[in-house]
Amino acid sequence: MLTLVIPVAFALVAAAVALNFWRLLQGPSSPDRILALDTLYVNTIALLVLLGIHLGTSLYFEAALLIALMGFVGTVALCKYLLRGDIIE
Amino acid sequence: MSRRLLPHPLLTPILAVVWLLLSNSVAPGHILLGLILGWLIPLFTLRFWPETVRVHKPWALARFLGVVLMDIVLANMSVARRILGSPSRLQPAFIPFPLALESDLAISFLANTICLTPGTVSAQLSPDRRTLIIHALDAPDPDGVRQEIRDRYESPLKEIFEAC
Amino acid sequence: MSSWMELILSFLILTGAIFTFIGSLGLARLRDFYTRLHGPTKATTLGVGSLLVASSIYFSNQGQGISLHEILITLFLFITAPVSAHLLAKAALHQKLPRTKETRGNTDEGA
Repeated sequence: MLTLVIPVAFALVAAAVALNFWRLLQGPSSPDRILALDTLYVNTIALLVLLGIHLGTSLYFEAALLIALMGFVGTVALCKYLLRGDIIE
Repeated sequence: MSRRLLPHPLLTPILAVVWLLLSNSVAPGHILLGLILGWLIPLFTLRFWPETVRVHKPWALARFLGVVLMDIVLANMSVARRILGSPSRLQPAFIPFPLALESDLAISFLANTICLTPGTVSAQLSPDRRTLIIHALDAPDPDGVRQEIRDRYESPLKEIFEAC
Repeated sequence: MSSWMELILSFLILTGAIFTFIGSLGLARLRDFYTRLHGPTKATTLGVGSLLVASSIYFSNQGQGISLHEILITLFLFITAPVSAHLLAKAALHQKLPRTKETRGNTDEGA
């Protein structure tokens, strides 16, 4: 049953990533693009976790954790830039 | 004395548990290392935490977290339904929400809870800290949303963090 | 692995993937920035959360002890998602992004 479900899940998450890319290219405003990037990194975590289950290894956990940390910091920095026009004051 | 050695009694066990989760083991050595880290990190980062967190009613906090967890699942169902429905039938609204909470921690708790639960995102806190502006995805009845947030989230938080 | 376990795992993985997809669908489909914000912050967070729980159950059943470190990512996402949503909404209000004509209420009180 798992062998059937995992490819379906891969397809769904990959479609989600494609939609995020579309929004990232489409815009129209910069907060939209930041939101698309934010969603993109969360979806990347989903992909990595799925890959970990598929290959039966927990090696990808650290990568997922790092992406979660860096993605959050990146989003906050970009938002700050939009709000203040500057990151480090 | 104990104030200076252990400035944040709550932070120590939390950091220890995070360390155990990170290293994914409960070996005695890791427990010891986690406790040492949980003791040293608050000491070294003392300046970032000017006020001590005080939870007045731990059980109320546990119940509140349970309610929020349930609501997150329910909220997701309703948001998913609205996304799949017709976008032109949505009635988004900006709702100013007058705050009864005063401490920073309680306000950030409330803002985070609002973001995670039914169709609402907190958008802005007014400079005088009295009003929180909320954006609702689909709110035919803004007063109902306000009432629900007040009863469901704000009054328990007030009880937990600001009991007089 | 028992068939019960496999059923629960399949359910969690499928729910997670579907919610992740719906979140991104909302991002692509809705009509103004403020409504688009709702999809990713909620649906995607729950989707990834349930995938991580599935991963935790899967690796706990591999016979190398309980694996709980996935909970850490889940907690982290649940704490950070509202913060980034709030900051994004604030940035959008700051830039005075257009909103759909159905949107009611004003934001002047906090300005």
